[in-house]
Amino acid sequence: MSEHGHAELSHEHSVGSLKLFGTVWVWLLLLTALEVFLAYERLEVHLMITILVGLSLVKAALIMSYFMHLRFERLGLFLLLVPAMVFCICMMLIMFFPDSIRLMNLRPH
Amino acid sequence: MSEAEFEGIVESRWSGGASPFAINSKKLGMWLFIVSDSLTFSALLISYAYVRLETPNWPRPFEIWPAIAKSSFMTFVLLSSSLTMVLGVNAAFKGDRKKTVRYLIATIICGIAFVAIHATEWVTLFGEGVTPWGNPWGTPLFGGTFFGLTGLHMLHVTIGVAYLAIIAWGFGKGKYTAEHVEVSGLYWHFVDLVWMFIFPMVYLLSVNPK
Repeated sequence: MSEHGHAELSHEHSVGSLKLFGTVWVWLLLLTALEVFLAYERLEVHLMITILVGLSLVKAALIMSYFMHLRFERLGLFLLLVPAMVFCICMMLIMFFPDSIRLMNLRPH
Repeated sequence: MSEAEFEGIVESRWSGGASPFAINSKKLGMWLFIVSDSLTFSALLISYAYVRLETPNWPRPFEIWPAIAKSSFMTFVLLSSSLTMVLGVNAAFKGDRKKTVRYLIATIICGIAFVAIHATEWVTLFGEGVTPWGNPWGTPLFGGTFFGLTGLHMLHVTIGVAYLAIIAWGFGKGKYTAEHVEVSGLYWHFVDLVWMFIFPMVYLLSVNPK
């Protein structure tokens, strides 16, 4: 990422063409269509949540990499931003999982 | 930023100098804001998941037609606005002011369309007695989380539309540089990104099972 970004730095802002962004846009639409199709199929809830969150993460990665140009920035910027964000969200989930699973099991069936 | 300044940044790579990331301070500031804002939305989404798991008989009110069809169309509008935004940023760096402003206006129109469609959905829900503090299914937390999440997102889109309008006006007049357009683009893409989580988690997981 870093080397690539460096090599292209002088043309940094001309990286990415209509073709590239159009392709990313089509992929995002296809993934969205897949999500809606899955909702229509009415899968089992746990499977559904896993697939939907997984697809959303892929879409988020596509948007950040290409639309937000993170792919063309230095590796340093990526390392500054993304690990800290992922770490904080994991910390929230550490609070979330034990308690929510316990509550789910306490629920009358 | 002038070409000479830009060259200076390239030289200072990893030297611990002024610009280790080779970006201007506006862009770094926007990125840091985006990280902090993403945590706000994460907290809201996680608390939504929590109350949903904890509540028996969580309502699933959205029919494929019209609610899911409508929100899918809203997703399409927002994704398309991201495409016009990124093309606008590209045009801005190529120095094509007219084209940039045109792309930005297209983005603004998509943003307004998104808010308008969303507003009609809210009005329909209000008409059915679903409000932020109560609903016919006896689970007031549904409204609290639904309107809290979508409302905060809608607020972001509305602010984004105003932000882009100011940037488009200033860039058209030659007051702002391409960097300003790029930084406003980062914000806009982030708003799009957040919807990529709200749409499946709030709408697609609440499809009426009947």
